[in-house]
Amino acid sequence: MQRYSAFAIAREALRHHTGWQRAWRSPEPKRRYDTIIIGAGGHGLATAYWLGKLYGIRDVAVIEKGWLGGGNTGRNTTIIRSNYLQDPSAAIYEKSRSLYETMSQDINYNVMFSPRGVLMLAQTEAEARGYRRTAHANALQGVETQFVSSWRVKQLCPIISLEGPRYPVLGALWQPRAGTARHDAVAWGYARACSDMGMDIIQKCEVTGIRSEGGQVTGVSTTRGEIECDRLGIVVAGHSGALADMAGFRLPIESVALQALVSEPIKPAMDVVVMANTVHGYMSQSDKGEMVIGGGADGYNNYTQRGSFHHIEETVRALVETFPMISRLKMLRQWGGIVDMTGDRSPIISKTPLGNCFINCGWGTGGFKAVPGSGWAMAELMAKGQSPLAEAFTLDRFREGRFIDESVAAGVAH
Amino acid sequence: MSRRLSQGGRLIDRSRTFHFTVDGRRYGGFAGDTLASALLASNRTLMGRSFKYHRPRGVVSSGAEEPNALFGLGTGDRFEPNQRATMTELYPDLTALSQNRWPNLEQDLGGLISRAARVLPAGFYYKTFLRPRVFWKHVYEPVIRALAGLGHAPAEKDADRYEHFNVTVDVLIVGGGVAGLQAARRAGAAGLRVLLVEQTAQWGGRAPVDGAVIEGKPADAWITGVLSELQSMPNVHMRPRTMGAGVYDHGYALVYERVTDHVSGAQGPRHRLWRVRAGRILTTTGALERPLSFAGNDLPGVMLAGAVRDYVVNHAVTPGERVLVVTNNDDAYRTALALSEAGVTVPAIVDARPGGGGALAEAARSAGLRVLTGTAIAGLSGKRHVTGAALCLQDGTGEVTEQIACDTVAMSGGWSPVVHLWSHCGGKLTWDVDEVMFRPDPNRPPTGADGRGFVEAAGAANGYLATADILGDADRAARAVTEALGRSLDDAPALQAEREETAPIRAVWTMPEKAPVKLREKMWLDYQNDVKVSDVALAAQEGFESVEHAKRYTTLGMATDQGKLSNINGLAILADTLGAEIPAVGTTTFRPPYTPISIGSVAGEARGDLFQPIRRTPLHHLHEAAGAVFEPVGHWRRPYVFPRDGETVAQAVEREILTVRHKVGLLDASTLGKIIVKGPDAGRFVDMIYTNKMSTLKVGRCRYGLMCSENGFLMDDGVVARLDEQTFLCHTTSGGADHIHAHMEDWLQTEWWDWQVYVANVTEQYAQIAVAGPKAREVLETVGGMDVSKDAMAFMDWADGALAGIPVRVFRISFSGELSYEIAVPASRGEALWQALRSAGETHGIAPYGTEALHVLRAEKGLIMIGDETDGTVVPQDLGLDWAISKKKDDFIGMRGQQRRELSRPDRWKLVGLETLSGGVLPDGAYAVEEGRNANGQRNVQGRVTSTYRSPTLGRGIAMGLVRNGPDRMGEVLDFPGTDGVVHRARIVSPAFYDPEGERQNV
Repeated sequence: MQRYSAFAIAREALRHHTGWQRAWRSPEPKRRYDTIIIGAGGHGLATAYWLGKLYGIRDVAVIEKGWLGGGNTGRNTTIIRSNYLQDPSAAIYEKSRSLYETMSQDINYNVMFSPRGVLMLAQTEAEARGYRRTAHANALQGVETQFVSSWRVKQLCPIISLEGPRYPVLGALWQPRAGTARHDAVAWGYARACSDMGMDIIQKCEVTGIRSEGGQVTGVSTTRGEIECDRLGIVVAGHSGALADMAGFRLPIESVALQALVSEPIKPAMDVVVMANTVHGYMSQSDKGEMVIGGGADGYNNYTQRGSFHHIEETVRALVETFPMISRLKMLRQWGGIVDMTGDRSPIISKTPLGNCFINCGWGTGGFKAVPGSGWAMAELMAKGQSPLAEAFTLDRFREGRFIDESVAAGVAH
Repeated sequence: MSRRLSQGGRLIDRSRTFHFTVDGRRYGGFAGDTLASALLASNRTLMGRSFKYHRPRGVVSSGAEEPNALFGLGTGDRFEPNQRATMTELYPDLTALSQNRWPNLEQDLGGLISRAARVLPAGFYYKTFLRPRVFWKHVYEPVIRALAGLGHAPAEKDADRYEHFNVTVDVLIVGGGVAGLQAARRAGAAGLRVLLVEQTAQWGGRAPVDGAVIEGKPADAWITGVLSELQSMPNVHMRPRTMGAGVYDHGYALVYERVTDHVSGAQGPRHRLWRVRAGRILTTTGALERPLSFAGNDLPGVMLAGAVRDYVVNHAVTPGERVLVVTNNDDAYRTALALSEAGVTVPAIVDARPGGGGALAEAARSAGLRVLTGTAIAGLSGKRHVTGAALCLQDGTGEVTEQIACDTVAMSGGWSPVVHLWSHCGGKLTWDVDEVMFRPDPNRPPTGADGRGFVEAAGAANGYLATADILGDADRAARAVTEALGRSLDDAPALQAEREETAPIRAVWTMPEKAPVKLREKMWLDYQNDVKVSDVALAAQEGFESVEHAKRYTTLGMATDQGKLSNINGLAILADTLGAEIPAVGTTTFRPPYTPISIGSVAGEARGDLFQPIRRTPLHHLHEAAGAVFEPVGHWRRPYVFPRDGETVAQAVEREILTVRHKVGLLDASTLGKIIVKGPDAGRFVDMIYTNKMSTLKVGRCRYGLMCSENGFLMDDGVVARLDEQTFLCHTTSGGADHIHAHMEDWLQTEWWDWQVYVANVTEQYAQIAVAGPKAREVLETVGGMDVSKDAMAFMDWADGALAGIPVRVFRISFSGELSYEIAVPASRGEALWQALRSAGETHGIAPYGTEALHVLRAEKGLIMIGDETDGTVVPQDLGLDWAISKKKDDFIGMRGQQRRELSRPDRWKLVGLETLSGGVLPDGAYAVEEGRNANGQRNVQGRVTSTYRSPTLGRGIAMGLVRNGPDRMGEVLDFPGTDGVVHRARIVSPAFYDPEGERQNV
């Protein structure tokens, strides 16, 4: 692999950058692989990366219907945090956050992880109590958080209005080591690292069927031919239900549109990420200067990647109360992604009724922050048959009632 | 130099001079100018700095697509960054500030970055800033952030207001050029309700500038006629300064009206967001001119040819004295002719086509202009402004054939239809090889619920560039829309418009075609984001082959103009580098809004007090007068405590609790949810909604009930009273009223739609007052009017009657453990009853109490509180409420869920009381730890605190909590570490701390 560095850039500049190689190969699919991962989003690529890195499984194809990182990996609001209440969630998100800290160096690709800190505002007494509880839980989980006063909130984020007429800021749950990262770079960097390990990333290749025999997957049918495998991982977020259907089982997943928007860029005005769950809005400023705003999910199921405008209105209205200065900024672009929601809003990283088929989905509105940790757990599960990080997130928990409900303290947006 | 021409200017009024200020310097302009035209008239051509390299930039366009000339407008609480000078109408005393420069626009230190551009190609930041790791957060990122961004953030709260309109129309026509006007005229004549919007202040679009002649009249005259015709149609509404911002499913469209931006010190809303529901949407949004990619094409002085023509014709401003025209199509000849007519020197027209142009080229030659065919620009000279151009052959590699002195370059790379609104909701495009443009594919429009297209494009937006074709297409579209809406349209003769013979456009993606990398590194595609031809080629070389990858890797089209100038040129370069066809590469997704709209307008009127208005109980102002401290509960404000003079909040809470325990207290319980369930199937319905058997409740009696979610978790609780055989009054928690009502409706409407039951939320119809404490009965007897004795009204009875002459319904229920009555009266009588109770209780020491006292009182009794002891993961069995779960019923919501393995596990965390060994108060939300760590390294836990208070009644801290197997572990001591590191020790006890037998409430 061509190493990236300031020196490499200077060297290439001398020859007008004509010497840069492809970041990843674009091969034709082979007839068979040891392992196939369906879905070249962040989670799928991270799974492949850790399979290779930790377990030496490198005869891997990552198959992607469209372009790698083109789904929710490239559509989210890039927030990374791990201040979750329930033990299994805190474990996997904190693992993920800590992997983000060194990701740029690990894969020699600057994913711009920016540990600028996340504030989750408490705007009702109930929310304040919920976050105090989370702070207690986090302390025992090894997640560094703190319930801070409204005075400290103002200090960390001067553009905030503490005295919203409807929801005064009573305090906040502060995670100083949480932050943001450049979402596309996570997919690109992993793709490059996987390709370098000899894995095939096959874009524009849609899976049309999953073949099995005696309860074991034998391969997949794709728009680019039949491909055999010994092991299959399905990591396709919003389209998980469709893939599970091909494999012959059902998932407790609903797919809905989640929307986000950005303002035009402005000079730095906000150094932290702020989430206001009572009013369903969150905001941070990208390195480019845009205010990145996310809100709640649509109330009905669909696959259109658009969503209804009244959700944007509600989100923006709430944030204008919280950050009055944004009223005179302009909305540059709005978009939607299809998120896969489970009944308890927690993910599924699980074995399936097919012995050698594994599924990773259900990250709902908050999967980006989990990418490296999710891939780590999925790779461990696929390589070893079990993973402590994934243990609670099995598919059968819905039948058994073992829910991992985060809405308890965090509202819906996570 | 750029300057005002002595004559002409169809939009300006030379009799009205406005003064304005940019960066503290005063300038003058005329009414009808834009900020851009007025600056050009004042010979100020440097208008901005680019985003990445901080390169000096002049205005390049005359419209919504402007990427360079952005200013901060206004001051103080009316300051707004990133305003396009081209779309800013001049008004007296306009104040503007240039952006993205330090210390000033002329000498921007950031401009030094431009010298290092060679080492800063597309995506360089993914390859560096990697070490040392901590530098990203502390050094690299802060510096990058400071250099990025455009204008400064507004510092103050917005002084303006915004509003929303909701309208339903048959046809929304977006774009008030000749196509839009003609279509509106036809649709209007067919009787359709038409809304016609135009983003600028003028009607007619480009036709008058282009010198179109329609029906034998100059375009301006024809437009005036059509406007008066449209104004006479009551079914046609027209709005200038109003932009079609977005198209959404089911004919929903957003329209953005800038109401007062063009007026100084105006009253009224600043922007208005129209939410339009249209039967059909017709886009007559015109086309945008594309730049040409030649070396140095970002220098101030390089402008779109159409824009140069606009400034000359509309504002009588010439951007230079010697304007070189460069083109690959006929249209730019119009600019050369307009300039020439205005007396401005056009040293040459550089046409990339070997065969040159058609009739317009002939006209140019006849006017004595020099036309060079098959020629291209090899490069420009000048550092901060164009001083000359080097020419070469288009088909070569850039060997200079000639130098021409000029101070402006007017370029035209062809026209791209504005297809944004067509595309927002899924309309597809088709690549027209002959016209070199993406145009709407009529076979793949965005479709509505009926599967038919609901957007129609016409005119230049549909790919027609000649006036005659545009008008003909407008007629066709108007007919299509009218007929789709079930109306008919009379045949009208086709409009006659003059038409020139034209020569075909040539696809020119770089100048010269085989430009070497040294030239390609100086060809700008995206002016604002500094994306060059070489950057897109680099992206393709590195494997970013998808148009989405290339966009994100290079940031092409991600600036505030969203690629209006750059996208087509960029993807042509991408296709070229990949050896693919342009349609195979495709476009990036078009997303709303068309151009940025103010966030204030999206929020609308619902701001400040109107944002989720506060709900107040009928007694609210009494509490205010009594000095209550309020807390938000749902959308309500409830009194938290009523401190007296000199009391702290904690002291006041203790006093209120002791008042209830020893004397009598008054609580405003009006927010308590009250839902009427009525009908022949009401009993059957409440049996499903509650875990209890409610249908056996006798009229006149109350019962405490639990509601669970489908998954079996406890959702809400409250007292149910049976009012008559077919009517139940269900009390819910204050915060739960709305969603429980919705929950009931959900089941009735989707599952039990054939049951004869109505539910109605009557929460706000009643004021409800709790009178609690050992003296409660005496107070009611003093008020008089009802027999409230134990015999007449036992615990959990209710009765209608009158107190102090006010009709009341009295429930004998208790949430404090004391003798207690809850009295409901019509909301309008709440105040009278409250006053009557207060004066009757005066001798007994009556006092109001707030929610905090309420919480402590119930905790002393071990009564659970929804939201404290429950959090959506707790089943009634966890709380020792098994008695409230009917064993006799076949089914209720949540029953099946509760049978699942996890929910019926014997070692679940269960409700207990917790008493600190120290007598102090346990921290809220603390967890009880046990030995060891789990497989993920987290401390093992065995329980948690759910409610914790200091009990003044018991004189010590009390808490409730959920502990694994708790009820079987009475007396055990648990450790609760606080977040401050202090470990609190507490003993497991019964949660009923006070009066466990319930003797006090049952007297």
